[in-house]
Amino acid sequence: MAEFKKADSMLEWFDQRLGVVNFAKVMMTEYWIPKNINFLWAMGVLLTVMFTFLVVSGIFLLMYYKPDVNMAFDSVNYTIMQEVAYGWLFRHIHAVGASVVFLVIYIHMFTGIYYGSYKKGREMIWISGMLLFVLFSAEGFSGYMLPWGQMSYWAAYVITEIFGGIPFIGDELVVWIRGNFYVSDSTLTRFFMLHVLLIPLAILGAIVFHFYALRFPHVNNEKGEFFDFDEEAEKYLAGNKKESKVVPFWPVFLSKDFFVLGFFMLFFFYLVFFHYNFAMDPVNFDKADGLKTPAHIYPEWYFLWSYEVLRGFFFEIAGVSGKDLGLIAFGIANAIFFVMPWLDRSPMVKPANQRPYFKYWFWFLMVDLIVLTVYGKLPPTGANAWVGFASSMTFLVLFAALPFITKAEAKKVGGK
Amino acid sequence: MREFKILAVIAALVGITYYGIEPYAHHIMHPEVAPADFSFKTLKNVDTTLAGNVENGKVLVEANCIACHAIDKAGYPAVMPNADAAASYGVVPPDLSSAGRIYDKNYLANFIFDPVTAMHLEGKYTPESGKQFPMPAYNWMSPQEIMDVVAYLQSVSPKVEGTEAHKATFEAACGRCHDMKYAGIEATTPKDNLKTYMGTTPPDLSQYIKSRGEHYLHTFINDPQALLHGTSMPRVGLTEAAQEEVIAYMEEIGDSKKAERESLGLWVMLYTFVFAILAYLWKRKIWSEVH
Repeated sequence: MAEFKKADSMLEWFDQRLGVVNFAKVMMTEYWIPKNINFLWAMGVLLTVMFTFLVVSGIFLLMYYKPDVNMAFDSVNYTIMQEVAYGWLFRHIHAVGASVVFLVIYIHMFTGIYYGSYKKGREMIWISGMLLFVLFSAEGFSGYMLPWGQMSYWAAYVITEIFGGIPFIGDELVVWIRGNFYVSDSTLTRFFMLHVLLIPLAILGAIVFHFYALRFPHVNNEKGEFFDFDEEAEKYLAGNKKESKVVPFWPVFLSKDFFVLGFFMLFFFYLVFFHYNFAMDPVNFDKADGLKTPAHIYPEWYFLWSYEVLRGFFFEIAGVSGKDLGLIAFGIANAIFFVMPWLDRSPMVKPANQRPYFKYWFWFLMVDLIVLTVYGKLPPTGANAWVGFASSMTFLVLFAALPFITKAEAKKVGGK
Repeated sequence: MREFKILAVIAALVGITYYGIEPYAHHIMHPEVAPADFSFKTLKNVDTTLAGNVENGKVLVEANCIACHAIDKAGYPAVMPNADAAASYGVVPPDLSSAGRIYDKNYLANFIFDPVTAMHLEGKYTPESGKQFPMPAYNWMSPQEIMDVVAYLQSVSPKVEGTEAHKATFEAACGRCHDMKYAGIEATTPKDNLKTYMGTTPPDLSQYIKSRGEHYLHTFINDPQALLHGTSMPRVGLTEAAQEEVIAYMEEIGDSKKAERESLGLWVMLYTFVFAILAYLWKRKIWSEVH
């Protein structure tokens, strides 16, 4: 064991034992972020804060929630919402937070796509981010079941039913997931476990991994410029703060993030207190009833685009049933973003508006995703079904065409 | 400047999506129906301009109503316990104490004349169904006599106000069939009888202020058939004031923290606003060194 001299200060005492000075440098004051960024670069910190809000509010809810089909609904809507002091506040923060976190995830994700922050060394950042997207989706879905309202029940019924389309093992898989032949008490308790234990653990791990993956390729910047971070960091430390292309995470980068966070929180709390129906569907204030199918069943808004890809194929093509086609398309839709770095064959790391072909692709995708989202909620009848089909096909074609579009772009710009 | 442009683009994309999945989708899934009609103007069997005679009304009520109905406030107690009444009639007949206060005059007069039409339940009590509404039509009475009965019922209705009225009106108007579990209220008609009488067990209304919302309830209670065609729930004929009392009670029970939520909301937003301003000033200071 090393020789310890008597510490002169508390900081030194901790530094001797935990190396806190060095740790703070590595994590905060000498963790370098490009200076050339806009408020979209604050989404990561916003997500971290939102996740913290969800964890804390979730812990409070956990103290009164009862994962039992006979008690769940009243434990949420009576005990938590009306009896426990400020229980309603925690539930509103949790429910609205779960919805808003997806809004920020989507902004974060499409910022990455717009600025090409997924390639040339940043592949692992992208993949760990997509992993987080999938985990958050699972967390959102499992959590939505817990209040045991009508939409909890029927969305769970419809979504678990999807797995039945998988060849050979489908039927058994559905029973395995539900723990019963139908959505029942066993389904509720296992989704409860997933929601409060397994998935949050996985999310925590994935967040750490996502942050870690950022350390080597570094954060992208507004122009997609590559520069030597060590050189720029030296400039900064030498006092040439204005010339340096980087800023430290603390306090410079975070000061901007806190400012963005402040105004974002204003928007968030407005939703929490005054405009929460979009996240707490009125239908879900009817207790789950397996004998009474609601007139319209739809998932939460953040799943609508992929749900519409699933529903978009409603007729048989070349002997394959619409249901199977939809399932295949749904599978592709959920997996395709993972391979974004390899579908984009252009070496350009630039904001989309500076890329000759990719910009069209990007805005087409945005429009298509909005159409899918809106029609994913509407009843799939008449013309709506065809809009759904066309936009689902457009989604698949866009991704199938991406390698060719970006290859052509690479040729046009001559490998720059 | 560029940051504002980016913000505008994001706001537009989010705004369009929000419009599509909320207001637009609601509009498609829940088409607007005719607005609530609290004068019940389609009911025209009785001339309600006639002034009723309370004394004569009392005589008519004693001869025609109290064999089945209690009018507790006027000294006519229930003829039999609720369970027996439900077994005899299918549903517990209402105590008429507050009928004059909570039911619209025109509705009440036309109800006495022909209950099924007034309740909008022609679809349930068709000749083919073999079902018969437990109360007979008093279409043999003259309009004057009917108005006398109405005048009498109005004269015996006690005046109640405030939250006390909210609960009383809810119990009189809804409490024979609906539970309100979160208020500890159970329907006065036993469940088995109700299921036979209505064809299904009427829902617990504890969370209806949340699941249906004030806007829907406003039209629905006024005329259930307009929004839920074929439902066995009758049009109950509440005056606008009485219906507002019912909805207020549903809110008191189903959304009891509303006032707390709205006042706290303002404070939290004010707090956050101050935080945002301070954060902005701090950011300006910090970034002035690096720009």
